[in-house]
Amino acid sequence: MKLTKTLLATTALTVAAGMASADGHMASEMTIVSWGGAYSNSQQEAYHNPYMEKTGVNIINDSSSSEAVAKLRAMNEAGNVTWDVVDVVAADAIRLCDEGLAMEIDPDEHLAPAPDGTSAEDDFGDLIVSDCFIPQIVYSTTFGYRTDMVGDTPPTSVCDVFDTEAYPGKRALEKNPINNMEWALLCDGVAKDEVYDVLETEEGQQQALDKLATIKDEVIWWSAGADTPQLLADGEIVMGSTYNGRLFSVIEEQKQPVAMLWDAQVFDLDGWIIPAGLPEDRLARALDYIYFATDTQRLADQSKYISYGPARASSAPLVSTHADLGIEMAPHMPTDPENAKNTFLYNYEFWADYRDDIDAKFQAWLAQ
Amino acid sequence: MVALTPVERTEPSFYVPVVAAFGALAGLFVGTAQGSSLLGILVGAALMGVIAFVLTKVIKDERRGRLALLVALAAAGFSMGGIAAGIIGAAFGWFFGWMSFWLYESRYRQHLVPYLTPGQVLWHYTFRVICGAILVFLITPIIVVMPLSFNAEDFFTFTPEMLRFDPAGYSLKHYEDFFTNSDWQGALANSVKIAPAATLLSVAFGTLAAIGLSQPHVPFRRAIMAVLISPMIVPLIISAAGMYFFYSRIGLQGTYIGVVLAHAALGIPFVIITVTATLVGFDNSLTRAAANMGANPVTTFFRVQMPLILPGVISGGLFAFITSFDEVVVVLFVGSAGQKTLPWQMFTGLREQISPTILAVATILVIISIALLTVVEMLRRRSERLRGMSPG
Repeated sequence: MKLTKTLLATTALTVAAGMASADGHMASEMTIVSWGGAYSNSQQEAYHNPYMEKTGVNIINDSSSSEAVAKLRAMNEAGNVTWDVVDVVAADAIRLCDEGLAMEIDPDEHLAPAPDGTSAEDDFGDLIVSDCFIPQIVYSTTFGYRTDMVGDTPPTSVCDVFDTEAYPGKRALEKNPINNMEWALLCDGVAKDEVYDVLETEEGQQQALDKLATIKDEVIWWSAGADTPQLLADGEIVMGSTYNGRLFSVIEEQKQPVAMLWDAQVFDLDGWIIPAGLPEDRLARALDYIYFATDTQRLADQSKYISYGPARASSAPLVSTHADLGIEMAPHMPTDPENAKNTFLYNYEFWADYRDDIDAKFQAWLAQ
Repeated sequence: MVALTPVERTEPSFYVPVVAAFGALAGLFVGTAQGSSLLGILVGAALMGVIAFVLTKVIKDERRGRLALLVALAAAGFSMGGIAAGIIGAAFGWFFGWMSFWLYESRYRQHLVPYLTPGQVLWHYTFRVICGAILVFLITPIIVVMPLSFNAEDFFTFTPEMLRFDPAGYSLKHYEDFFTNSDWQGALANSVKIAPAATLLSVAFGTLAAIGLSQPHVPFRRAIMAVLISPMIVPLIISAAGMYFFYSRIGLQGTYIGVVLAHAALGIPFVIITVTATLVGFDNSLTRAAANMGANPVTTFFRVQMPLILPGVISGGLFAFITSFDEVVVVLFVGSAGQKTLPWQMFTGLREQISPTILAVATILVIISIALLTVVEMLRRRSERLRGMSPG
């Protein structure tokens, strides 16, 4: 029975080793939830590593932000919140705040002031869209196109997406009404400042869907941010929408024949929340981390690794060059004046009120 | 080999349409790749029909005709799309040359018994084609992944360099990423820590349960069996959600022990089933004989019963191991980021960032699985040989 004994011995050892390591790092660790991929990497470099060095706290990354709302609800129900700090988009932060799943933050008490003494509240300004939300970056959803598939006249306007004659080929759009409805109306002759007024009405929603229907056969619908870069690299699509940081990575890091179409880019915010109901010691650590990770220098540092704009006004002048490529990052920021000639700001109030309704219509339209 | 069946050459009205039909199928693939399926079908059918006729009726010399076709299609493929297309063209050339003569010379009947009707001959080959197609559909997705994992770019794309077999199109960087990236290494370490522990628990409890349930005097055997097997039958997501809320209440959610217990519960049914199956052939008089000679039940189990049911225990253990090693749903619920296993890391990787590192990991896992199965099969044959159960 040598085999059995060896088996028993090895497994007993593994179990023991596993338990030892499991118990070992409970003492000073925190779980930070984010989006994974290049975005988590940028946070690791800019926030986590310096913080771990400074305090000795071990940070565990969990890439569950896309299901953060559902998971936080389940955790709350089970009475067992295991996350310490969570990275979510502003719309999710508003929902979590309304449901009491996120903790309210006082910017002036919990966040660092700017180096020149400006209070955190003024430094973040309008970007504090919810009492629970600590803004981190400004990102945009915009289009990228294959430079080798558009001929001699590259697209310059978002309406070129709807022009299948000038730019034949498949397009990638998010499987979601947000942004698509606005772009459709904009290209159907609705003035920019009237888009949301029109979208409030039944006819307006139908008008947007009708406009989208003109290219429906040519659209590949994406649901993960990584889809459009993959499709562009494949040459499967001629243009597609995704987050601007993903396109930056395709263009500058992967050197694919792709270019940005900044026209009518839609700004959105991403930032931190702290789950409600953390025990005293973990709450103190989470707040300490937030204070550290959202100061002016730290936010500017993140832009060395990914092309998202820092949420603090005081960080903008500190944006420097990419850590590996050495290129200036400022021209790749969605907030750069050259890129931001024509922009939209995600309308949180509108979508909070109309999301469910328009979502249902959009999904029904998709299934037709 | 003696031809059992008298054969004679067939008429062009038979073999030309058949070759043309296969030509249409090949044309469909080539045409789709070039942008027009319909044109591909028509051109493929016409071209291959004509080629079959020319080969058999005009050229007649089989060796030279087939060689010429192979070279011609290889050249055509090469001019269309480089080396890779050239190889595909050569394969087509070989196949259609072979098929034309195979049908023309009635070779397809040669090795079959003479009394089969045409319908039976057709079914004979259709059956083989269906079996082959099933294997192809099962194995192709796994095979395709392997060359892609050597991609020099960060996308799931066969680049032009790769198709030209240019060394610059290939790299080991995704393997390097797997072995140096702390996320992947952490996930690997967790998987390696969780799976053996879960397997040991499954094997221990599953074997005991199977032995107990095979005793005729145990009451409610069927009911108990049904309860123990249920993790295999209940949809995984239901078990996972249930475990999440239960484990949260008793403080096991997000702990190493919690994940091990959850995986053990999933593995136990596999062990029970395989061990119960081997126990059917176990002769209970052996345990009575051992008891008669003074062995206590524990000694009897380890010295008499265990060696005989070991194959069932090992294959059950293997299934339990693979269940834990491949499992993603339950660990997403029961585990926390500290217990992130390989499948979890692959799952998030695929959603957040499509990186060929996933393919490199998949390739490594496939190779490990093959090695594991080979070792188990060799062990099994060895033990059979040692016990004189098979002559090999």
